[in-house]
Amino acid sequence: MNSKKRKLIYNAVTFGIVILAFLLCNIFYSDMSRSLRGQLIPICCWIVMAVSLNLVIGISGELSLGHAGFMSIGAFSGIVVSGWLLNGFQMENEILRLIIAIAAGAVIAGIAGVLIGIPVLRLRGDYLAIVTLAFGEIIRNVLNCVYVSADGASLNFGFIDPNLPGTLLLNGPNGAVGVKKIATFTAGFILIIITLIVVLNLINSRTGRAIMATRDNRIAAESVGINVTKYKMIAFVTSAALAGMAGALYGLNYSTLVPAKFKFDQSINVLVFVVLGGIGNTLGSIISATVLTILPELLRSFSNYRMLIYAVLLILMMLLTNTPAAKAFFINLQGHWKKKALRKSIEAEQGKGGTQS
Amino acid sequence: MIFLSNLVNGISLGSIYAIIALGYTMVYGIAKMLNFAHGDVIMIGAYIAFCALQYWNVPPLLALLIAMAFCTLLGITIEGLAYRPLRQATSLAVLITAIGMSYLLQNLALLIWGANPKNFPSSMIQIPAISLFGEQLRISGVTLVTILANIVIMILLTSFTMHTKLGKAMRCVSEDRGAAELMGINVNQTISATFAIGSALAAIAGILLCSAYPTLMPTTGSMPGIKAFTAAVFGGIGSIPGAMLGGVLLGVIEILGKAYISTELGDAIVFAVLIIVLLVKPTGLLGKPQREKV
Repeated sequence: MNSKKRKLIYNAVTFGIVILAFLLCNIFYSDMSRSLRGQLIPICCWIVMAVSLNLVIGISGELSLGHAGFMSIGAFSGIVVSGWLLNGFQMENEILRLIIAIAAGAVIAGIAGVLIGIPVLRLRGDYLAIVTLAFGEIIRNVLNCVYVSADGASLNFGFIDPNLPGTLLLNGPNGAVGVKKIATFTAGFILIIITLIVVLNLINSRTGRAIMATRDNRIAAESVGINVTKYKMIAFVTSAALAGMAGALYGLNYSTLVPAKFKFDQSINVLVFVVLGGIGNTLGSIISATVLTILPELLRSFSNYRMLIYAVLLILMMLLTNTPAAKAFFINLQGHWKKKALRKSIEAEQGKGGTQS
Repeated sequence: MIFLSNLVNGISLGSIYAIIALGYTMVYGIAKMLNFAHGDVIMIGAYIAFCALQYWNVPPLLALLIAMAFCTLLGITIEGLAYRPLRQATSLAVLITAIGMSYLLQNLALLIWGANPKNFPSSMIQIPAISLFGEQLRISGVTLVTILANIVIMILLTSFTMHTKLGKAMRCVSEDRGAAELMGINVNQTISATFAIGSALAAIAGILLCSAYPTLMPTTGSMPGIKAFTAAVFGGIGSIPGAMLGGVLLGVIEILGKAYISTELGDAIVFAVLIIVLLVKPTGLLGKPQREKV
């Protein structure tokens, strides 16, 4: 099987699984428990977050620890735009409002991605990681001081100063209150499909190959004329814009949202999805984001012990997949299967030969 | 005078960051890993000292020793169980394991001591405050002890890494692990010792932190942990004087920023300074420049 065909099959399987899962969720919607139903939209958001972070970590090879920052920018710009459209322009159509809010979230987070990417992408390795972490914290801290209100058709912004005319849409550290919940599961599904189309096409394009070349060997890539900063920037900004979309959907799924929700822990959570799903593996990110979002809910009966179990599972999984002994075991297992398959194919060949003669 | 008092407070907070940052920087230098669980070791240390003082009624110095001993054991155990098997793994795998360890410690603390904040007893440090310039500048006992502890630890640690056999082994391993092994240095033992020292320092930092800010919760260690890690990077990660300098500077910037620029934006100012420093000097203030080989 050549690599092009394999990629095509991989992409088809990825899309197929997502569509199948969406259909299954719709068919069995009435059988789901309340808590699981409430998890559907957040799962969509976390899948988009994981796939987009995977673009930076897996494809572009940079460790980013501030992904939740872009999500929060998307979430609060989505909330503001949606509230503004409703208050200032009496736009009652929820679907249109949701689409505009998500687009606004993507654009604003993308702009933030450009602004942050310019200084960040000059650094390497762990230093880059710590600076993205710092930017994530700065975004949260600044959002804590931002006040936005809609007075008719005009938007008013205040920094640290909450005295603004009109209805307050963003209230500093208290965040957004009284948000109209307009996010739907279908919108989440469409968002995942858009993300997959963007990311998978990017990976399989000339640009994607250039990005991977800069990841594998920066100097070699530079010497064949690839503009490293430009391609790293493309990956970083695309990822930020996708995170902004996910954020907007996430924000419009709750009636209240505070900036403290997007702490450093959230960035780490998304990182865990990416690493456990397999770095650079889009389908893996989707599966691990789903499983790890549901897992704490499933462990709810263990109440106090659930996060403890989650932590232990996390450590055990990393130990099992990364220690030399465990790796050797898996390789042996694979070898065993391969040998079996080989033997079978030889037997089949012999059998065929027998019938012919 | 207000400025001086802010400055002293900043140096005191910075000293706590510096002591925590030492743990990060030593572990990073020797094992090339970001030990995210370090902040939670601080919290555990503070809880142990709290129990020793509150329930077992031991004298403060003994409480300190108990906390240090417990954290040392904890550090060695964490390293042996979770990090040692991953010596050959990618740095991301180790990072995720460290994050898992951090969750584990936080949730263990939550189960054992509950979510309600505990009030750290003030009997830990019983040194009277001193007044300078005729009552204008008051420096509390905790502040004095913190700054003194920082200086003492700095001197001891520098002479330890410079002159003792184990300290030299540590520097060797951080320079070149393979070559150190060929010279007959037991790399695993050396890394264990580094974790032990870092965790013992974490216990001290935890007690100092909770003496200055007496609310103790399972999440107490995470934010100072991140800030101290920032301090370590700020000063040049892997360098012991760098961690000291970075920690103290970060504390001063935080307190002065909160006092003179904006209370709400204190943390943002700290991180913004870090970003600016890294852009000008990408390996931190005292970090060694890395040369790129083709």
